[in-house]
This record gives sequence, structure tokens and C-alpha cells, in this order.
Amino acid sequence: MNDMTKPPLGIPQTAPIKSATFTDPINAEIRRAAATGIYDIRGGGAKRKVPHFDDLLFLGASISRYPLEGYREKCETKVTLGTRFAKNPIELDIPITIAGMSFGALSGPAKEALGRGANAAGTSTTTGDGGMTPEERGHSSKLVYQYLPSRYGMNPDDLRKADAIEVVVGQGAKPGGGGMLLGQKISDRVAEMRNLPKGIDQRSACRHPDWTGPDDLEIKILELREITGWRVPIYIKVAGARPYYDTTLAVKAGADVVVLDGMQGGTAATQDVFIENVGQPTLACIRPAVQALQDMGMHRKVQLIVSGGIRTGADVAKAMALGADAVAIGTAALIALGDNDPRWEAEYNALGTTAGAYDDWHEGKDPAGITTQDPELMARFDPIAGGRRLSNYLKVMTLEAQTIARACGKNHLHNLEPEDMCALTVEASAMSGVPLAGTNWVPGRGGDY
Amino acid sequence: MQTLDMATTELREVNATLQSQKADTNQRAWEIVNPKGSHAIACGLDGPIEVTVRGSTGYYCGGMNKEATVHIVGSAGPGVAENMMSGTVIIDGDASQYAGATGHGGLLVIKGNASSRCGISMKGIDIVVHGNIGHMSAFMAQSGNLVVLGDAGDALGDSCYEARFFVRGKVKSLGADCEEKEMRPEHIEILKDLLERAGADAKPEEFTRYGSARKLYNFNIDNAAAY
Repeated sequence: MNDMTKPPLGIPQTAPIKSATFTDPINAEIRRAAATGIYDIRGGGAKRKVPHFDDLLFLGASISRYPLEGYREKCETKVTLGTRFAKNPIELDIPITIAGMSFGALSGPAKEALGRGANAAGTSTTTGDGGMTPEERGHSSKLVYQYLPSRYGMNPDDLRKADAIEVVVGQGAKPGGGGMLLGQKISDRVAEMRNLPKGIDQRSACRHPDWTGPDDLEIKILELREITGWRVPIYIKVAGARPYYDTTLAVKAGADVVVLDGMQGGTAATQDVFIENVGQPTLACIRPAVQALQDMGMHRKVQLIVSGGIRTGADVAKAMALGADAVAIGTAALIALGDNDPRWEAEYNALGTTAGAYDDWHEGKDPAGITTQDPELMARFDPIAGGRRLSNYLKVMTLEAQTIARACGKNHLHNLEPEDMCALTVEASAMSGVPLAGTNWVPGRGGDY
Repeated sequence: MQTLDMATTELREVNATLQSQKADTNQRAWEIVNPKGSHAIACGLDGPIEVTVRGSTGYYCGGMNKEATVHIVGSAGPGVAENMMSGTVIIDGDASQYAGATGHGGLLVIKGNASSRCGISMKGIDIVVHGNIGHMSAFMAQSGNLVVLGDAGDALGDSCYEARFFVRGKVKSLGADCEEKEMRPEHIEILKDLLERAGADAKPEEFTRYGSARKLYNFNIDNAAAY
């Protein structure tokens, strides 16, 4: 007699199907949260796939437009930032700047390397939460000093040493959120610079302690200008949250430069739930910001710096074609220095991760010796060689952007325009205002050939 | 005494004149008249001069002060003496929000009352308020001393670090991780010195000390309700 509880031999069975909702990473996070009782904290920007510059293409020259000769006909890359009110605007050779990253989050030698690389490429670096170190001032010929809610290390002497001041209102990785530097990375020097005990978790405030709203911000900027004698440009950095209104209000408050950071922009450490679920993709932020500047008649008068996921010269060219005056890189600069390099794969594995995925920068155990304050790990990183790699990378990106600009017939990167591009997806078209490839259609706008 | 009349002199000229007075200046006494609530008066000073502002001021008077003494014969708007490094700022009247915010050093004396968030994120400054202070004062205060002869509003010292708070009157409520502390002899000495320097007629023994319970210094899920 047959056993009816067992399927007959030779009958196909249903294959195991994993849930598209409860994926392996989601389930692992549920188990981790249940075991530890704390949300996941990590560095970097959004890892989820969002519409990005990859979804745009350049059209290149054709009968209606003629190209410029590569390596023969000039394609300028210089940019001047802060022309609105400052006596001494910043003049950069290339429109790619280094975004704010703190001493504390990064080691001293890593900050030095950023300065060396930026200098060699003719661009600026930016301080971060934690103040200005003599090393980064010494190694950066053009240094932007961040004015942050925490005001760690803030003092008028350093303020006056800066080539520009960046009032940080928001950060793409965490619009509406503050900073976090966990106790593991609080060395004696970091603790001293921040006036806090060693070894405690340092929370940075999410909003400024002495102003709220754009009317106050205008007065705060007046004070900063009075203290610095109206010499240096004042940038306002906003997260990619409400780019049209934030840009409008930043200009109203008196900004010389608006820095706009989309959700792919990195952070030293914050909650993963924040990084992945708050803010807008960089691609979606640029056109509203440019529109705001155009509506006020301030496009090119107040410069726009875009950051968050800039990786290649093509990304630089696309951001500028959408109307940015310059871009800023953070994560890409760290990778150029040596962050997440496969040469440390065995050590990444020992930390439970792999090269390319390591993002526990807050733990201070970075095998590459960049996002750490551990003297032994820091010693692995050579700031001179790192600086050289960064300058190489910046120059390659510039050459790539020039290559594209020449192909579009442009003798300056600033002359790139949305009409030089098409979008590969309906989403990217709607976000960027660039017509869908093969059509003259931008969702929400209509359009005819 | 040199006089700067803001009825006829632009803010930029007033500040540039005062900021250019360095340690060796022999023009140490200055007077500003007709301030009319202007913002950012006498900010960024960098030398041992004495500035008397005859009238009330707007935002950020005496901001980022170093070494100078700024005396406001009137009341002060928001953010007076913000991020002060050293020196002294004295307000005869009341001070609006964020008085002494993020101050690293020096002495701020408010002879009237201070509004909300007095001493927010203070990093070493000493603040003496002869009257009362508003809610959320000394929020995230890191170091320094806040002395209040009157009462304190809600949530005093919320999420504070190593700053000390001395209150003579009532405290409406303490903020997260702020608790009453024992007044030891060294605290009496600190307080005595501050009261004297601030011209305050009070005895150190009349005060209660508050400070951080240090329970939120490192994250613990069991403290989640306090965050």
C-alpha cells in the first residue's frame, strides 16, 4: 500500500521562494536589531538604487552643433565661487571640490592627503564637525570652514583663517539629523578639540543653537561677515529635501554659494534608516534648485555646488549641464585615497564585511587607516601617496568632463546645458527635466518635436 | 573715550574700528551711542578694550568676543556673546534667547532676566544671571558654569555634559540626564568667585548645584525613553 503522506517519486516540487519583501538583508537586520536593541549605525550615503546620473546620456555633436577638437581646442574648467558679496571670491582651476569631512571622523593624515590632493589639482577642501586642524589649514591652499550646529572647535581665529565659510544647515545623508561620533573614535585630541570627555558618544545637534529660520539666518550671516570683514564667501549647505524652497531661502538669507547635497551624499555615521529613507536623490534636486535661482535672476550670480554620488567626469558634466557651477565629492575622494580597497579584503572579512561594502567607519577599525584614530591603523596610510592618488583622480575626472563638453561643442564646462542630454528612463526624465531619449517629452510638461 | 554714533556711522565702520584695536592699543575706552537695536554690534573684537553700548542691541552683540569688555546699558537681543572666547559681556537689562550660546570662555553677566536656551551648548563660558532664565537653558551644555540668582524654567540642563549649574531659586523641571548634585567646598569657591566678579549680592550657600547624571554618555537601549 502506498504512503499517501509522501509525494510520489518523479513529481516536481515547488521551489523555495524567498520573499521580495522580507529579503535576506532585511531579515538579517531584524535579527540584528532583536539581538542588540540598537538601530544600525553606519557611514556613507544611500545604497539603495535611485535614479542617478547614469540615467542621463549626452547627445554629442551632430549637423546642428559642431564639436571641438580634443586636446587642441580649449575647454575651460575654471570656476569662481562667491562673487555676490565677498571681497575675495574663491577661484578654482577645476569645478570639483572636496566636501566637508571632519577630523575625528577621518585621521589627521587622511585630512592632510585631502589637502595635498586638492592643492595639486587646484581646488578646495572643507573642514567638518570638529573644527580646523593646523595640518589641514597648512596643507590646503583653499580651505572652506564649516559652521555647524555643534560649533565644536569654533573660534574667531580659525574663522578668519578660512578662505570661505560654509553654514551647514543640512546634509544629504540625513536631512534634519545631527551628527554622531561614537566613543571609540574619541581620542585625546578629538576630545580636546570638541571640549568633551574622552570616550563618550558625541552627538552633534541637528539645528543651530542660536538661530531658527531664514530671517535669523540672514542676521547670522551678517554677523559672520562682520567678524570676517566681508572678505570671504559664505556658502549655505542644504540637504536635498525641498531644493526649490531651500535654495530660494538660502539666497534670500544672503548666501554667496548654495551647496546642495543629495541623499547619496555620505556621512561619517548616522542611522541606516535615516540614510536610506530621508531625502531626495541628487538627480531630483538639481533642476528645482536651478529653477529657483533662475526665478530670482540669480543663476550664476549665486553659485550652486552639487554633491551626493559624484563619481566620474560624466557625473560632473551632467551636474553642470543641469545648471550646477561646481560639484563636491566626499565618498569618491575617500575611495581615491584607498578606502574600501580590495588589498585589505582579508581584514574586511575579519570585520564581517567585504571591500566595497565596508561602512562601519564609526567603529574606528578601518583597515585602510583613513576613517580611524587608531595610531597603528593610521600608520598604514601615507598622506603623500594618498594625496597623489586624489590629485590623479581629480584630474582624470576633469579630463573626462572636458572630453564630453568638447564633444558637445562647448569651450567651457559651464556652457553645457540640459539640451545636450537625454534621459534613459521616464523617472530620470521627470526628475531632471531632460527629455526622454527618442522623444521630446518630459513627464508632466508635455512636448512636441 | 572715543564715541561711535550709529546714527551717522555704518555698522561695518563701527566694527572695523573696534576690531582693529589690538593688545597694544592706547585707545581702550569706547562708547557706542544710538545702537537702536542693530544686529552684530561689537562682534569679533580681539583686544583688551572696553566698549559701552548706550542702548539696546539686536542679535549677536559681542559675538565671538576675545578679551574685550562689552557693557550694554540696555537689553540685548538673541545670541548675545555667542561663542565668546574670553573677556566680559555685561548686560544691564534683560537678554533674549540663546544668551552665551556655545561660549568657550569669558564671563557673561546678565543683570536682568535671560530668555530661553540661555547657555545652550556652552563650552567653557561662565554665565551669571541676576534674574530668572527661561526653558531649555544649558541644553547640551558641555562645560563652564551657569549661575542663576532667580528661578530656572523647564528642562534645565537637558542632555548636558560636564557643565555646572547653580540655581538659587526654583527649577521648574530638570532636563534629561540632569540631576541635583552635592555642593562641595570647591563648588562654593567657584561660585563665590563668580558672584563677586559678576557683582551679585548673594551667598554661595543659598544655591543648589545641578549637573549631568552621565547616564546618556553612551547609548543604551534601556534609556530610550530619555532620548
